[in-house]
Amino acid sequence: MTSHVLIRSLDRGAALFLIIIAAIAVGVPVLNLAVPESSALHVPTYLVSLFGKYACYALLALAIDLIWGFCGILSLGHGAFFALGGYAIGMYLMRQIGTRGVYADPILPDFMVFLNWKHLPVYWYGFQYFPYAALMVVLVPGVLAFVFGWFAFRSRVTGVYLSIITQALTFALMLGFFRNNFGFGGNNGLTDFKDILGFNVQAETTRAALFAISCVAIMLGFILCRAIVTSKFGKVLIAIRDAEARTRFLGYRVESYKLVVFTVSACMAGIAGALYVPQVGIINPSEFAPGNSIEAVIWVAVGGRGTLTGAVIGAVLVNYAKTFFTTGALAPYWLFMLGALFIAVTLLLPRGVVGTMRHWTALRRDRASAAAEDGVTEPLPAE
Amino acid sequence: MEALTTALLYLDGVTVSFDGFKALNNLSFAIEPGEMRAIIGPNGAGKTTMMDVVTGKTRPDLGEVTFDGLHNLTRLDEAEIAELGIGRKFQKPTVFESHTVYDNLELALKSDRRARAALWWRETTDERRRIEQLLEIIRLTAVRDRLAASLSHGQRQWLEIGMLLAQEPKLLLVDEPVAGMTDAETRQTAELLKEINRDRTVIVVEHDMAFVRDLDVKVTCLHEGSVLAEGTIDQVSSNERVVEVYLGR
Repeated sequence: MTSHVLIRSLDRGAALFLIIIAAIAVGVPVLNLAVPESSALHVPTYLVSLFGKYACYALLALAIDLIWGFCGILSLGHGAFFALGGYAIGMYLMRQIGTRGVYADPILPDFMVFLNWKHLPVYWYGFQYFPYAALMVVLVPGVLAFVFGWFAFRSRVTGVYLSIITQALTFALMLGFFRNNFGFGGNNGLTDFKDILGFNVQAETTRAALFAISCVAIMLGFILCRAIVTSKFGKVLIAIRDAEARTRFLGYRVESYKLVVFTVSACMAGIAGALYVPQVGIINPSEFAPGNSIEAVIWVAVGGRGTLTGAVIGAVLVNYAKTFFTTGALAPYWLFMLGALFIAVTLLLPRGVVGTMRHWTALRRDRASAAAEDGVTEPLPAE
Repeated sequence: MEALTTALLYLDGVTVSFDGFKALNNLSFAIEPGEMRAIIGPNGAGKTTMMDVVTGKTRPDLGEVTFDGLHNLTRLDEAEIAELGIGRKFQKPTVFESHTVYDNLELALKSDRRARAALWWRETTDERRRIEQLLEIIRLTAVRDRLAASLSHGQRQWLEIGMLLAQEPKLLLVDEPVAGMTDAETRQTAELLKEINRDRTVIVVEHDMAFVRDLDVKVTCLHEGSVLAEGTIDQVSSNERVVEVYLGR
């Protein structure tokens, strides 16, 4: 069963993509740790962290492409699931600080001591255990997406209306997490992390390991997405994207398909957020800002929706550009450039980078086969 | 439960209003099993709304729709109604453009429609044979691996009819199947519908009177949401009211 799914999912392009990601997952840490700093090939640690961040964004982009590219669900609130995953791992990291905090309370994180809280809130229980936190990373975004999707898809909220309520969802969460009495550190969020599973989060080796794990997560996420979209389930998703009413009249329960794929996507976004937080060292409510979610959609549009590999490439390209331009004299104009980029892609490259490349290859193949078919008459309907 | 009527489809006093406008006004008619029925009527007579009610897209304000004597369709949604065996062909051919002709048929093929089943689904030889057979019937074997987006208008109509057959419905609702077809394609479509009618009940909504004449079946003429006349094509087309509101224009 598994082998046939793998064979079906991994065509040549997909296999090549996995090999490249695997090479990066091994190559970057090796060039960081094993190559001496004097060497031109040495990758400095700050770059490892930066690439690690890109890798997490790429996983988020994959999650968005799965629902937007293949099922036409444009979520403008996927940053919420990303941030929830981040908060779940952030809570674990906070509990690991223990007596090393400013107030040296063995149980309460600093911000709770500062707020004069006497007891740990019940929903913080269990987060000192990594397996529990890891479970919450997937479960919290998953359950939220399931409940949200259950109401939205059953009520047949689609298109721009769905996009608006996903936006409202992330905005509402942002307002909530900004409040001190919510118990997640208010606008400062969670930070000052010390170690993860006993390893210092600042250490070069930990950073390299987190980078490699993020790459592995992209590979697994990619394989999962490929397995989904190449199954009959995936064909139904594309059918829903292209002609939702037709799919219903064929007897498919569109809302169940949407619900499954939306939930899977939210879980992926949660994992991306959980890998992101230890690498950047902070999670605060600004991660819920609607702008972040919209930016993530732009990555997918630039790379090419419905291509999966394009989502990853788009996330890395746009974020690399962002890093490049926001560190120089052009910094104040970055948002204008991002907007211009989105308009340019929509007008000139509506299929995105990878989508356009695939389109050209397909055109060439079609032309070749049309030339071969020349002389064959158009088939007529039956008697 | 005992069947209340022998009819396969029975509409009883169905009324649908949109903002006070009565799209269907106390509409009643019955379709017997194995029958083919042509439904005609001027624009706005309620033909498409009638199909929407039968397929679960629109809920009527009043009235009942009984399928197979025991299922009240007004309480079911599109997917449940499709599972009961009612297939619908849209006025504008609607196929899945980014799928190949073959995949379009595969999606339509009668099967377990649940999400879980679709995740683990593998094509059986029986299913492949059935799809190949359908490709033969609709004469699209040569283009089976082409994307549906690249098909001509006539080919799309045929593909959609093929998808309907793949569902193995008891009742087919066909909305303007020959709109935009050439004369030859129109004749062939009439033939195909007759062939389909050998083992399935068919309702055809059509404007093309020559085509309806070709079908040679009982005709129901709708006007302002209710039945204006019913009978053979000659009876209906000689009916004074029908001439006045529809044919005479």
